[in-house]
Amino acid sequence: MTTEATAGRGLREISNENYVFLQKWVHQASGIVLDDGKKYLVDARLSPIVREEGLDSLDDLCNLLRATRGAALEGKVVDAITTNETLFFRDVAPFDALRSVVLPELLERNAATRTLRFWSAAASSGQEAYSIAMMLLDMGLSSWKIEICGTDISEQVLERARAGRYLQIEVNRGLPAKFLVRYFDRAGLDWQIKPEVRRLVRFEKRDLRDDLRGLGPYDVVFCRNVLIYFDIETKKKILAGIRGCMSPNAYLSLGAAETTFGLDERFLRRPLNGAVFYQRGE
Amino acid sequence: MQSSPMRALVVDDSRSMRMILAHILGQLGYQVDQAGNGRQALEVLDRERNEISLVLVDWNMPEMNGLDFLRALRANPRYAQVTVVMVTTETQASQMIAALEAGANEYIMKPFTPEVISEKLRLLGLAA
Repeated sequence: MTTEATAGRGLREISNENYVFLQKWVHQASGIVLDDGKKYLVDARLSPIVREEGLDSLDDLCNLLRATRGAALEGKVVDAITTNETLFFRDVAPFDALRSVVLPELLERNAATRTLRFWSAAASSGQEAYSIAMMLLDMGLSSWKIEICGTDISEQVLERARAGRYLQIEVNRGLPAKFLVRYFDRAGLDWQIKPEVRRLVRFEKRDLRDDLRGLGPYDVVFCRNVLIYFDIETKKKILAGIRGCMSPNAYLSLGAAETTFGLDERFLRRPLNGAVFYQRGE
Repeated sequence: MQSSPMRALVVDDSRSMRMILAHILGQLGYQVDQAGNGRQALEVLDRERNEISLVLVDWNMPEMNGLDFLRALRANPRYAQVTVVMVTTETQASQMIAALEAGANEYIMKPFTPEVISEKLRLLGLAA
């Protein structure tokens, strides 16, 4: 039922007590640290769920989370908090460095096996994983054995990633037009990634805080704009887990505001063509 | 440091669209000229000699449309270095291919947000 509160532009602001509850709940469920200045984020991400559930306010949602152990609702809240905006070729510099420095090195190093393995470690709706796939095809590497694995904590976004179908506004952003016409088909008003790109990519649900053994070893890991959400101990644990999934001398790309410095000194910082990669040693 | 601002030309028969695009480009540090169709755009380019390095051009316009403008521009070696971005409501892959084959450097589908413009220009190395 739509009430005046839910039909309006925004909901009543969450109470301080419930915000503290939500900070703890989100940390426990996903490891993400919501600091005190993130009320706007909570409001933006969770208001749609309040409406969907027919509730009046974020406070009601907190009460429901306290009262129930419903996996569906909990999953929805985790999905909503952890899902980030994602673009094709988000940030030009790391993709430029991948093409001009990292890949030429890997092609030489892996010449005997002709295998390239990539991990998009917070794949969201798949744009990063598909961007890597398109770049490899554009470089004429279709005869190589390529594996690109995209993982995310949210099953909901992974379903979108697997479908590979994007809105016009999503393909308008960051994606070079030549890639759009070469690697997508028009599907009604949307754009569908072509099978030749999709076959290089697979997606699976993973929580980066869990034991990651069994993944990899990867030549390149993209884990961009993920660590910023976690506390220091969790960052250390995630970096160690990622490192364990990397081949000797493999490369890790982090977000511009992220570093391994002070967290895991075994990584070697490598400034490459305007981007910074972190290289695993031997 | 660049001593003079980068120059761009916005070509669209809609005055409001020209103003929106000029505003976005202005925010990115461009000095912007405007034209209402392809013919006028060629005149502006000719008048300004080699000062204009970027053209944002609509497809559907009276007198000379964006595709014909593009073909005329690319037929003149003097403008080989000019970057052209089509900004249009035409969203079929076949039209996009036609524009790229005619020499467009990029293609933006309307509607767009300011971020779309700045991201595409960043791809082309034309925005910070």
